[in-house]
Amino acid sequence: MKCRELAEFLADYVNQELPLESRTHFEFHLSKCKNCHEYLVQYEVTIRAGKIACDEMSDEIGAIPDDLVKAVMAARSKV
Amino acid sequence: MASATPVDDEATLVAQLRAGDEAAFEQVVRAYGGRLLAVARRIVGTEEDARDVVQDAFLNAFKSLDRFEGNAKLSTWLHRIVVNAALMKLRTRKRKPEQSIETLLPSFLDDGHHEERFKSWDEPVDKLMERAENRELVRKQIDALPEGYRTVLVLRDIEGLDTEETSKVLGLSVNATKIRLHRARQALRTLLAPHFRSAAS
Repeated sequence: MKCRELAEFLADYVNQELPLESRTHFEFHLSKCKNCHEYLVQYEVTIRAGKIACDEMSDEIGAIPDDLVKAVMAARSKV
Repeated sequence: MASATPVDDEATLVAQLRAGDEAAFEQVVRAYGGRLLAVARRIVGTEEDARDVVQDAFLNAFKSLDRFEGNAKLSTWLHRIVVNAALMKLRTRKRKPEQSIETLLPSFLDDGHHEERFKSWDEPVDKLMERAENRELVRKQIDALPEGYRTVLVLRDIEGLDTEETSKVLGLSVNATKIRLHRARQALRTLLAPHFRSAAS
């Protein structure tokens, strides 16, 4: 398995959807190729980083603009 | 802009909502609206559409209070309503041609090796993401992805929709959805790398 092929199957691997035979080749390549191993790590970090950053409970998210609050309340009264 | 005030007593608030207390409705909009707007914006992409979605979501929520079960969290329930409203918005959109993401994908040599030697990102992700500026950076780079790719990444990896559901909403085949998600993640990695690679490596 070449690095190019590995890169194509990353999503399946991370999702645990790779059939056993492919997974064996995949993991063998990873054990020998530092560069692909690093790429896999960064790929997984990227996924997790996105989840954490977008967690809506984080404090950096601003308040709803006043005019939108008013628009919602106005629309409500029309219902 | 005042920051969203946390809701202390949710049970009381829900009771007030059910009783039709206008002040309670406004309190809910102010307490949760900011977060819901952020969720909507991430899914539909434009500020204008996000505002429409939030408005629709709150109106839907207020109409279906009888369906809200007291044992669930109000924020979770509202989140679900906003996501559904955003998905509706996406479904009615005209399909745009797929944008190019090539420049953000890794390139390979003729022998199948990566062209790039990847420098390690030393810090574990949870530690990296403890810093507000890194969280801000990741959100910014997600926003920087071409729209079709951003949407799949947001729906799958952030909102946790499954492949089948995502493909239906976006009018794509399951296979196209999987490929798009993979490319979106690769592109995001490319965008994050210059910021996260360790100075030492």
